[in-house]
Amino acid sequence: MRQAKDNLLRAMLWGSAFVSVAILFTIVGYLFYKGFSYISFDFIFGDYSPIGGGGIFPMIVTTIYTILISLIIATPIGILAAVYLHEYAKQGRLVRIIRYATESLTGIPSIIYGLFGAVFFVATLKLGMSIIAASLTLTIIVLPVIIRTTEEALKTVPASYREGSLALGTTKLQTLYKVILPSAMPGILSGIILSIGRIVGESAAIFLTAGTVAAMPDSIFSSARTLTVHSYLVTQESGDIGLAAAIGIVLIVIILALNLSATYISKKFNKADY
Amino acid sequence: MATQHTKEVEQQISKGNARKYFFEKLSSKIFLACALLSVISLLLIVGFVFYKGANPFVTGDYSFLSFIFGSEWVPSEDKFGIFPMIVASIYATMGALVIGVPVGLFTAIFLAEIAPKRVAKIVSPAIQLLAGIPSVLYGVFGLAIIVPFLQDNLGLARGQSLIAVILVLAIMMLPTIVTIAETAIRAVPKSYREGSLALGVSEIGTIFKVVVPAAKSGIMAAIVLGLGRALGETMAVILVAGNSLIIPTSLTDSIRPLTTNIALEMGYAAGTHLEMLFATGIVLFSFILILNFVLARLTAKGGH
Repeated sequence: MRQAKDNLLRAMLWGSAFVSVAILFTIVGYLFYKGFSYISFDFIFGDYSPIGGGGIFPMIVTTIYTILISLIIATPIGILAAVYLHEYAKQGRLVRIIRYATESLTGIPSIIYGLFGAVFFVATLKLGMSIIAASLTLTIIVLPVIIRTTEEALKTVPASYREGSLALGTTKLQTLYKVILPSAMPGILSGIILSIGRIVGESAAIFLTAGTVAAMPDSIFSSARTLTVHSYLVTQESGDIGLAAAIGIVLIVIILALNLSATYISKKFNKADY
Repeated sequence: MATQHTKEVEQQISKGNARKYFFEKLSSKIFLACALLSVISLLLIVGFVFYKGANPFVTGDYSFLSFIFGSEWVPSEDKFGIFPMIVASIYATMGALVIGVPVGLFTAIFLAEIAPKRVAKIVSPAIQLLAGIPSVLYGVFGLAIIVPFLQDNLGLARGQSLIAVILVLAIMMLPTIVTIAETAIRAVPKSYREGSLALGVSEIGTIFKVVVPAAKSGIMAAIVLGLGRALGETMAVILVAGNSLIIPTSLTDSIRPLTTNIALEMGYAAGTHLEMLFATGIVLFSFILILNFVLARLTAKGGH
């Protein structure tokens, strides 16, 4: 009886894991099956044409813009914020408030970020529906990711590094730039890669702040679509599942590459030092 | 002469030191400012969304109660009731929990406790990739596979329905639940397992009677986070929900949750209509804030 129950539970554990993996393979397999025939050089590097067919190059460029702009702003701010929380702050009420705010930001759904971006960056700051408005919204979305991963990375730097450096007569700032940040770099890098994944996958917030113009953006003040928004719109408006799946393949390849490089970085550096 | 020289050197040193200290002080202020930016962002988000959304109830003569409990949403006739959407959001999220939690939790237990290394090497990256797939693609998949499947097998006129949303959301919350629950289960001290095994309890018995209860608060946190993800999901849901403005009475009804109402109408809304979409956002936001509060309590209790 007991034996039978154990076996049943064991089978359910294996079964659940199998289901999880099967779901992934079904989704990825389906997207490849439906979209693979669309993939070609012209599809990736060709300009979009509204009549059907045409490439997704404008959306790739827009996606790259959003990644670059949000990271240029969020990375330094996020790293320095984590440095403050871990290296400078006296643990007390202020730090608790900052931590609480950062955690709350993580839990806010992207549609709410979209609403905020629409009223603040688009309307109040008069940036209009544009790449820059979307990127600023994304900056706030990835900020907590960078702060958290950097803090985790700072935690792995042994106290003896700091003590050794300070004992040599360096200032706190010199220790930070010459000793602490370089040894925390792999962790910080994985945080940045994680953020790129988040930006690439984001759709609702971008949909409400960058608009839907399907053309090569003239500047960062133009309205444009990212890959995810394009994938959504071709599904919703024209029901073109094949095209949406093809964009999906591009997205999944990007995400896979990001995952692999994050794993590679953490493995390589973990072996090297501490 | 000699003393004067030393004085000069000393002065130079202290000048250099003064600059050094100035930079030290300045930089710590800059770091503080960066850290405060997340507090400022949060305040701005809450402030702007609430200000914009509360406006019709404060300056206009709309009643907040009839907004929450009204069942008619006809912006052109100035009728704004979101009760059907609240119900739809709650049903969809709860339904997704019923499916997603057992599968996710069991997968987490599998990975943390019994998975042979070679199997774990496949399952773990698969979960990681599942977490990274952009949410839109879940919608595309749902629309292309789940919706037609339901249509054919349940004999529905339209496959876009509450059950389609539930299935898509259950899949989407899986990676969140698995990752966090797995961490919680792995954090249970080895001695718990050894003690139980030494008493003659079987491996499976140990897992379910000792390890899982010990990881309870972390597992609860995983569920709450998965719930948050499901409640806030938008683009994937639009594609499979059908977006009808009715109070769902069966699993096969077409629904419009809170999130999709905002995304569908933001494009053309103006005036009071636009503000009502922000008010919809407030309701969604309030749900999320409650969840965050619960989560904070859970993790504080768990002592992580």
